[in-house]
Amino acid sequence: MTALLRTESLTAGYGAAPVLHEVDLDVETGSITAVLGANGAGKTTLLRTLSGLLPATHGRVLLDGKDLRGVRVEEMVRRGVAHVPEGRGVVTELTVDENLRLGGLWRKDRADVRKATAEVYELFEPLARRRKFPGHQLSGGERQLLALGRALVGRPRLLLLDEPSLGLAPKITAQIMTLLGTLRDRSGLTVLLVEQNVRGALAIADEAVVLALGRVVTRGTDINDEMRHAYLGF
Amino acid sequence: MFLTFDGLSRGAVYAAFALALVLIWRATRIVNFAQGAMAVATAYAGFEVSAATGSYWLGFAVAIAAGLILGAVTERVVMRFVDHSSPLNGVVVALGLVLVIQGGLGMIFGSEFRPAEAPFSRDAFTVGGVALLSRFDLFVFAAVGIVVALLALLFTRTHTGLRMRAAAFAPDVSRLLGVNVSGMLTLGWALAAAVGSLAGMLVLPTELGLHPNAMDIVFVSSFTAAVVGGLDSAIGSVLGGLIVGLLLSYVSGYLGATVAPIAVLILLVVVLLGRPGGLFSRSAARTV
Repeated sequence: MTALLRTESLTAGYGAAPVLHEVDLDVETGSITAVLGANGAGKTTLLRTLSGLLPATHGRVLLDGKDLRGVRVEEMVRRGVAHVPEGRGVVTELTVDENLRLGGLWRKDRADVRKATAEVYELFEPLARRRKFPGHQLSGGERQLLALGRALVGRPRLLLLDEPSLGLAPKITAQIMTLLGTLRDRSGLTVLLVEQNVRGALAIADEAVVLALGRVVTRGTDINDEMRHAYLGF
Repeated sequence: MFLTFDGLSRGAVYAAFALALVLIWRATRIVNFAQGAMAVATAYAGFEVSAATGSYWLGFAVAIAAGLILGAVTERVVMRFVDHSSPLNGVVVALGLVLVIQGGLGMIFGSEFRPAEAPFSRDAFTVGGVALLSRFDLFVFAAVGIVVALLALLFTRTHTGLRMRAAAFAPDVSRLLGVNVSGMLTLGWALAAAVGSLAGMLVLPTELGLHPNAMDIVFVSSFTAAVVGGLDSAIGSVLGGLIVGLLLSYVSGYLGATVAPIAVLILLVVVLLGRPGGLFSRSAARTV
């Protein structure tokens, strides 16, 4: 297997103080990698740096072996990277339909956009019933589904997911995790999954990375009790 | 009856001008205080071309095109670099632009009034002895109506309109979805300034004529219209424009023209006290 995404000594932060320190990552094509860690460990900062929202101060990010330095954020989606930010990903002033349309606007293949949109409505039944509703009238869970669905309309190769389970009922969280597994198996989707819900994430992840204070402290799926206790707080 | 039509005709112009203010407010959270001066500058360009070529319509087209260009340039060269940490910064920069543009126009064209011709007769038709509308009024209604309809179509029916709305509401998310947010901002300023130029071309023939400060009073009325309608609401700004136009017309007709500007300010104060978000804003406040 080859690494779709690779970071080398990635350092980034806000202002002078770095939040991420020398992070090395390898995300294999068609795998799900869980990024775990306590609040403030740098998980969200990692995703923001990968998608270019936050410039790296040191080190580099490679997608398909190509250095992403200087690639604009707007360009990332065209390279197959979809970043679903935490919580506030939905444009609340726009309707469900408009949010989904937004996810496919950059694509030339209009027929496939329509097909992908129909698939999303089929997958996420609650959205289909609220097509004309503005985003601010949706529940937290529905917003998460919408943000995820909108990313899927773009048929990404790499999905950067920030806390998809936030504010969701356990049952729906489980459905999303199952869906991610299915997408990986069927279409070779690669996922970098930031999660607080460690058990749920580890259940589907092929690989896990634990961050603490911006550094990778351990990796692999066998997170033993000592690690769990030290870095994940349970 | 005449007052009503006259008020609606003036109101249509305020509506267009207020709409231009709302377009920029929604996209950037800046009230473009320079819009009046920008519109006058493009009107000078338009009437210069008209005078040189003898064609009103060529000058009209030049004014609108100049609006597009001036709006885009203003955004690219000036507004883009305004620090948004305080809302006052944008206001101060816009007011600075007003001084620069008005000073520049004064230097180039002088500060005496120049005639601004109307393309159609301003004599009102009379029905049963009552004066109603002039051909020029009809032109104003048609022009503003077409522009409002086109903008509505743009924002609700086209990909570009959706991109512009998304870019205004959630710039980061829009960029992640491949929207060229900075391009959308430039486009928004260009469109708004062009609508402002249109309003200038429609209102100047009904005033004393071209003058560097000719749009100052129009700006006050239109700003009131935009606030009355709710700065976030495009439909509100259009209705607000018509309300302000009618108010001005009735007050000048019944109480005298000198009282009219005071009436506008009273309306502004009453609305701000009673419904600060504007009469037609959605009550669900958005968190900024």
